[in-house]
Amino acid sequence: MTENNFEPRIIAFLCNWCTYTGADLAGTSRLQYPPNVRIIRLMCSGAVDPIYVLKADLAGADGILIGGCHPGDCHYQEGNYKARRRVVALKEILKDAGFDESRVWLRWISASEGTLFADTIREMTAAMKELGPNPLKEQWAV
Amino acid sequence: METIITVENGNTLAALQGFLKQLLEHGIVDAIVAPLRTPSGTVTPALVTRSELLNAADPLAPVLTGNSATLAGKLSVREPRARVGVVLRSCEIRALVELVKMQQASLDSLTLIALDCAGTYHVPVFQEMAQKGEALWQNLYKNAAEQPEQSDENLRAACKICEQPVYENAPIKIKLLGSDLNQEIHLELPDELGAQLEYSPATENGRQNVVEKIITARTTARDAAFTEIRARLEGEEGVAGVFAACIRCHNCMNVCPICYCKTCVFKSQVFDHEPMQFVEWAKQKGAYRLPSDTMLFHLTRLNHMGLSCVGCGMCTEVCPVELPVGMVFRAIGQRLQATFEYAPGRNIDEQLPLITFKADEWTEVGE
Repeated sequence: MTENNFEPRIIAFLCNWCTYTGADLAGTSRLQYPPNVRIIRLMCSGAVDPIYVLKADLAGADGILIGGCHPGDCHYQEGNYKARRRVVALKEILKDAGFDESRVWLRWISASEGTLFADTIREMTAAMKELGPNPLKEQWAV
Repeated sequence: METIITVENGNTLAALQGFLKQLLEHGIVDAIVAPLRTPSGTVTPALVTRSELLNAADPLAPVLTGNSATLAGKLSVREPRARVGVVLRSCEIRALVELVKMQQASLDSLTLIALDCAGTYHVPVFQEMAQKGEALWQNLYKNAAEQPEQSDENLRAACKICEQPVYENAPIKIKLLGSDLNQEIHLELPDELGAQLEYSPATENGRQNVVEKIITARTTARDAAFTEIRARLEGEEGVAGVFAACIRCHNCMNVCPICYCKTCVFKSQVFDHEPMQFVEWAKQKGAYRLPSDTMLFHLTRLNHMGLSCVGCGMCTEVCPVELPVGMVFRAIGQRLQATFEYAPGRNIDEQLPLITFKADEWTEVGE
């Protein structure tokens, strides 16, 4: 697969109240964005167990996006703040274990930010294209 | 208060047993957890209520059959509970402090008796040496004090790089380092307890100096070991290579004092997929490693307990395929803990990093 026609596959874990609704708004507003993202809806970014992200990464997902409400806006008061700490820990572990932690993104996108959601997917798709396929895709022994 | 137990006829162990017996006989505690010699000569932790059975107590035996923080947790986690004195090494106390934070133990009913540790041996190594009648702890404490940079080759890998041989924040400390143990044992007790047991105050010995020398030597050894394992993790071999032989027996998880979950996801049916699902995955990569999800297991465990890892090395101890589990976890744990400026076991009042937060931190991580 050459770099030009490589289409990254991005798994997005989005919170029900903000980013998922933002994605919905992008759709109802008919905003165009790359079809490289597979969305999984959770109630809160704080409900994203690191094991989900790890499983996706080890299975060969090219990018993993966690989307939540802006700091201060969490529907459950503080889920996104806790998600942020978990992502910091997860990225540190990935880096120290020799994996590419830059495939994991955390972004705050509110329910009204359909445009930001579309922009984020565009930006992430381009970045993952630049990064190339996740090498774990080809490694059977992990 | 600092005090001294006099060792008579060079019998250090009897002097130590005498002190533990006093705690029972004076009703300071209802029971004591300490390593006991079994009739067959091995050592195992036991909960002792009858003081004469403390004649079998051998806290000096340089072996760690398990991290007893788990046992202390089981004895204190809920009411009603007895007042139990627990003789523990530094790594065990630090694990216990983490368990308290995780609400799996309580210090309300426990009296911590911290033992200065010069290192421990792998159980079979210990038993072989003990059978030969070698003066195990005598040599160990002497060498640790006199030439700490020359580590005993037979010590467990975790002990060779342990830079926390003593735990200072315990109410009772058995200060084995820095004294001639054939003559005396230095103790530190709460003043009230010292008065009750009729001990007289003594001046401190050269322990601090000895401890500092050990810490310096072990830190050097630790950094060298970290450099070695990190080169493997970050190099061609990678973490998958380091853990390639893993059979996912879960031994490392079972002995880990921090891994307490009653319903661990890796013991659940989550990974019992439909037969055809495995085939689908095999098709994706051409082959699918079985048992599956070994990498996921270790990385998830790192996420769960890496911040609280005290480096006791029990995981390495029980690995049937001799993977350097503890070394990997400590090396990664060190950076993880540094990120959150957290030291597991240091202070009961420090919150676990993942249950708290500040509003204005790591703003660059979420944009």
